[in-house]
Amino acid sequence: MVTLGIFSAFTPQNVMYLLGGLGITVGVSIISVILSLIFGSVVGIIQFERLPYFSKFVGTINNVIRNLPLLLIIFFVYFALPKIGIHLPIFWATVVAMSTFESAMLAEIVRGGLESIDIGQFEGARANGLSNMQTMIYIILPQAYKKMIPPIISQLISLVKDTSLAMGIVLAEMTYRSQIIYAQNSTYIIPVLVAITLVYFVLNYGLSLIARWADHKLA
Amino acid sequence: MEKAKKRQFGIIATIVLAAVIVLGLMWATATAKQNEAHQDTLARVEKLGRIVWGVKADTKLFGLMNTKTGKPEGFDIDIAKALTVQISKQTGVPMSAEFVPVSASSKMQLIKNTNIDGSVSTMTITPEREKIIDFTNQYFDAGQSILVKKDSGINSVKDMNDSKYTIIVVVGTTAATEIAKFAPKAKVLAVQDYATGMQALKSGQGQAMSTDNAILYGFATENPDYHIAGGTFTHGPYGIAFDNNQKPMIREANKALAKIKENGVYNQLVKKWFSDVPGLDWHSLEAK
Amino acid sequence: MALLQNNFPTFMQGFGYTLLSSLIALVGSMILGTAFAIMQIVPKKWVRKVGNVYVQVFRNIPLLIITFFFFLVVSKYVKMSGFMSGTIALMLYTSAFIAETVRAGILSIDGGQMEGARANGLSFAQAMQYIILPQAFRVALPSLGNQFINLVKNSSILAFVGGLDLMYQGNMIAANTFETFSTYIIVGILYLIITLPLSYYMQHLERKLKHAA
Repeated sequence: MVTLGIFSAFTPQNVMYLLGGLGITVGVSIISVILSLIFGSVVGIIQFERLPYFSKFVGTINNVIRNLPLLLIIFFVYFALPKIGIHLPIFWATVVAMSTFESAMLAEIVRGGLESIDIGQFEGARANGLSNMQTMIYIILPQAYKKMIPPIISQLISLVKDTSLAMGIVLAEMTYRSQIIYAQNSTYIIPVLVAITLVYFVLNYGLSLIARWADHKLA
Repeated sequence: MEKAKKRQFGIIATIVLAAVIVLGLMWATATAKQNEAHQDTLARVEKLGRIVWGVKADTKLFGLMNTKTGKPEGFDIDIAKALTVQISKQTGVPMSAEFVPVSASSKMQLIKNTNIDGSVSTMTITPEREKIIDFTNQYFDAGQSILVKKDSGINSVKDMNDSKYTIIVVVGTTAATEIAKFAPKAKVLAVQDYATGMQALKSGQGQAMSTDNAILYGFATENPDYHIAGGTFTHGPYGIAFDNNQKPMIREANKALAKIKENGVYNQLVKKWFSDVPGLDWHSLEAK
Repeated sequence: MALLQNNFPTFMQGFGYTLLSSLIALVGSMILGTAFAIMQIVPKKWVRKVGNVYVQVFRNIPLLIITFFFFLVVSKYVKMSGFMSGTIALMLYTSAFIAETVRAGILSIDGGQMEGARANGLSFAQAMQYIILPQAFRVALPSLGNQFINLVKNSSILAFVGGLDLMYQGNMIAANTFETFSTYIIVGILYLIITLPLSYYMQHLERKLKHAA
């Protein structure tokens, strides 16, 4: 039964269909990564700067988002936001939910990275006549990002894995599509689950190798 | 920045952000109110020249994804296509049909959210749902049944009224709420979709899956070890759903439905999808 | 508010199952995670390999797939409910992360301590148990806490397999009442009741450790 499934489950069209799902998985991941790197950095810097009230305020919102399950945020964006007039198609709803959540996670990494930089560098740079903004952009951020690359990549790995949650709102990503395939014939379930597990593994293990390489290179 | 300057900036920024959030919430509630007095679906589809239909993608016979074309296929999809053609004729506005896969748990929300214009997705007409959305006349006659293993010894839903049994249902279906009336002692396991439900039944997570007979026939065709035990125990015909108070749209859809039943298109579709189902008298489904 | 009143027992049941699942998975993954952390640093090469493969596999595949695997495939051979499948998957998944955290903790302890303990006649296991691990856990505490927070959040995966948890009950209530907005807000607040205090405590610990260092 199982062997039979292996051969018939992977017809060219089923494989193409799954690969299309992989495309959506990767697409959601890439867009969300870019958005959350931008927003995460901004929020992280705001928290690090310790502006009175403002940093606390932003930090609290950030903590709330960070401590909610991503699945809840996805359901909220897709099912609850339309109640107040914000309609997003499935793909963009997923991107918004993932970016919101991942920005909060990345902000925490950025804040931690910045705090690990020696305070003396700030003072040194300021003494050399650089403005606060310049110090941040030219001196502090490049160093902080070097330190942050490994945690950022492991966050990226979580992001790729977490796209599978979007099947809860019927986004046609890879995990959802695997389910459509085993709906055709239930002997397909083991081969299909094994196949997508492998794809996720290769994708994420590749990313973690990059993280390790970056760590060596920069350390 | 000097300490005092920093403090000043912080206070101003906090006030600005708080103001943005408060204004955003006010705007949100205002739009929510406005959306309650919602748009007219018929006007919208005529303007856009397309009807977005919510359909199933995991349900054999009614709506199952064809992995070759990437499009769902089934009785529901064909009905939606036929209705779109007919509504175009009636209104004189050319319209195309688009399909969005929905799950049993998401379809109601998607109609309310106007992500889809209408839904042809094995949806039973119930008084509770009619409070929230509008239905056309029935387009398919269905009723709830249970699917069990042939050698399970379970002959009807009454046999399952025992806490040792678990009945699998799908979140958001009428079966999920109705089952408690017929087998109150049995445990209920709700999953997100039919494909998972069928897998769960096969792996022994429950002894029966309960939903409409029409859907179960699709699973019985594919899994010869399983059959429908004891016929239907509810009567729950399917309707095509739109957002509530969409009288013009409902009127057009009902007119189109009557027309395809009259001109034989409906019966052709019944024959196309149901004539091969073992144990189903498909002639009984035809429009008289 | 009426929504909360009408569905209070359901929300509470969900809250209870979420807590229960998280606690079971926490205990299990602490034990497994520590075991795999030690496996990755023992002198025997093949044991290290096994430990490493386990950690890499579970770190790099989605929790949802592990859950489906237990719920739909493994349960054909071993009876288990959705709650059980989800909790076991959660435990295995989290243990890989805990293994990494504990391993980092162990590696941060000065290597001389191990040598010293061995020289004093303790076996590898004894040295590990009495000298190295207690210190490693102390160092790793903040990140372990964060793993626990992730675990609580990830337990929402039970919703996919009828695991009766908070997310599952929330979905059921949302599907029945169509009050999506308020339902998900309430569910969110209930999750925050568990995770937010923990998170603040971990931040506090982190700061304290940093000052001590």
